[in-house]
Amino acid sequence: MTDDTAGRIADPSAASSARGRTGLYALVWRVPLLVWQFLFFVVPLAFLVYLSFWLVKNYRMIPGFDAINWVKMYSKGYFWDAYYLTFAMAAVATVVASALAFPCAYALSFKVSETVRRWAIFFLIIPFFTSYLVRIYAWQVILAENGVINGLLALRDLGPVAMLNTKFGTLVGYLTLCMPLVVILQTFSLANVDRNLIEAAHNLGCGRIRTVFTVIVPLAKVGLIIGAVFCFILSFGDFVSPYYLGGSRPPTLSILIIDTTKSGQQWPKAAVVAVTMIATLLVVAFAAVGAAYRKPK
Amino acid sequence: MTADRAITIFLRLYIGVVFCFVFAPIVASFVFSFNSDRFPTVPLGHFTLHWYETIYNDPDVWDALQVSVLTALAVSVVSTFIGFCTAYTDFRYKFFGKNAYLALALLPPTIPLVIMGLAMLAWLSRIGMSGQIYSIMIAHVVMCTPFAMAIIRLRLAQMDPSLEAAAWNLGASEWRAMRSVIVPFALPAIISAMCLTAAVSFDEFAVAWFVSGLNKSIPVVILEVLQGQVDPQINAIGTFVFLTSMTLVVIAQVLLMTRSKKEQPA
Repeated sequence: MTDDTAGRIADPSAASSARGRTGLYALVWRVPLLVWQFLFFVVPLAFLVYLSFWLVKNYRMIPGFDAINWVKMYSKGYFWDAYYLTFAMAAVATVVASALAFPCAYALSFKVSETVRRWAIFFLIIPFFTSYLVRIYAWQVILAENGVINGLLALRDLGPVAMLNTKFGTLVGYLTLCMPLVVILQTFSLANVDRNLIEAAHNLGCGRIRTVFTVIVPLAKVGLIIGAVFCFILSFGDFVSPYYLGGSRPPTLSILIIDTTKSGQQWPKAAVVAVTMIATLLVVAFAAVGAAYRKPK
Repeated sequence: MTADRAITIFLRLYIGVVFCFVFAPIVASFVFSFNSDRFPTVPLGHFTLHWYETIYNDPDVWDALQVSVLTALAVSVVSTFIGFCTAYTDFRYKFFGKNAYLALALLPPTIPLVIMGLAMLAWLSRIGMSGQIYSIMIAHVVMCTPFAMAIIRLRLAQMDPSLEAAAWNLGASEWRAMRSVIVPFALPAIISAMCLTAAVSFDEFAVAWFVSGLNKSIPVVILEVLQGQVDPQINAIGTFVFLTSMTLVVIAQVLLMTRSKKEQPA
């Protein structure tokens, strides 16, 4: 294996040591990631696939290679109910988040100064890294039967409206999780759209709305799709919102994993659900990235 | 062009609406933490520090805090180190399989937390390493390294690659060039990465819940209290958690911003 020092030429000794075998110096920097992510990322996921073929007898797991868990799980109606529910909820969250984020990202890209945009992104990054769990708890209090919103409605002699333990509640949770990231990703791609092309469209008599959908959206397509994909991945895998805001019944796939895992030694069955989820996400992600980079005809 | 003006104003207001939605739960949690009602609603009850006193006097919270702080510290050091190594490798070398290498470096955050948790629990208990504080650390390093790698890689991208070569030409060994050129240049990003990874680890609840056993971290305590009923203690703990992670994330961002601004050519 040959190494290039990324097109840089230093003194001959350094260049030759970098060009021949991969030297000690290069390995020192390369190996830590390989070792750690192999031992604690690749192997655990591979083990999860293997685990899905194990057997459970008398509440004990027995290593084996039997498709019985797959057959059993896939023949259960509640598994497919959970699958469709999870997929549909994640898809709805993706559409809603993308649609709600777009005007905001558009405004941040075209209607405010660069300083405002930079600060807006600064503040959007903060919640993305800030306890999702506590934010969901706050929503629980806000949306509850006797919570803040219904309290406000009661002042006007309205309500109460059931929001907690409904699909609406789950959706609010998904949006809490995804909105900051989707707005950030959309803003990055919209801000990079060439202003001259927008100007040209206007000069050629293209209306405002039409410019947005025939010029700006196609130019920013990659970023918009990547934002949507992240929203789908996050919502599809999240268990907190459907559990604490959606009432956990009917369960989503992630709740199914938790229930199955925590109820004794049913890990192989949980592994079946987990592997199915990863496969679904891979298909969705690849399809979306394919669509993002496909050349328009 | 009054229509244009109206659209602009409307869109700017809309930015405000989105920010309200994003920050509403954070502000709400802060307000409720000082509110006397067990089930907060409007109008609010009176001001109280009761919930803070409750958590202050709860030994379980202190135990959890110890687990969380230890984990965050260890994770920030280890994941930033691995992230730095990986970012430098990507910055300097081309090699066979580099795309796979980078995928390995960046993929973990895209795996749903429940699945990470289950995979970690299954594997770590298989090799007899589950249920310990270090189990949480191991899992968090996997999840945090991509963030550290990304931050440091962005910083290295701002560096003139010929600086390192110049150091070699002046007779520095590769190790010496690393110590005197690369590390000082990347230092703000390294500290930034340490803050951000500490924040991610400090907030992570799902994987920690699966692998931690009896060593509960703060987010795991929150999760378990949540499974009971409404408990305003959560808001007090939550406000503390918010302030901690916000501080770390703000420091992380400021470090990256100020340096890149200062070095921009006039």
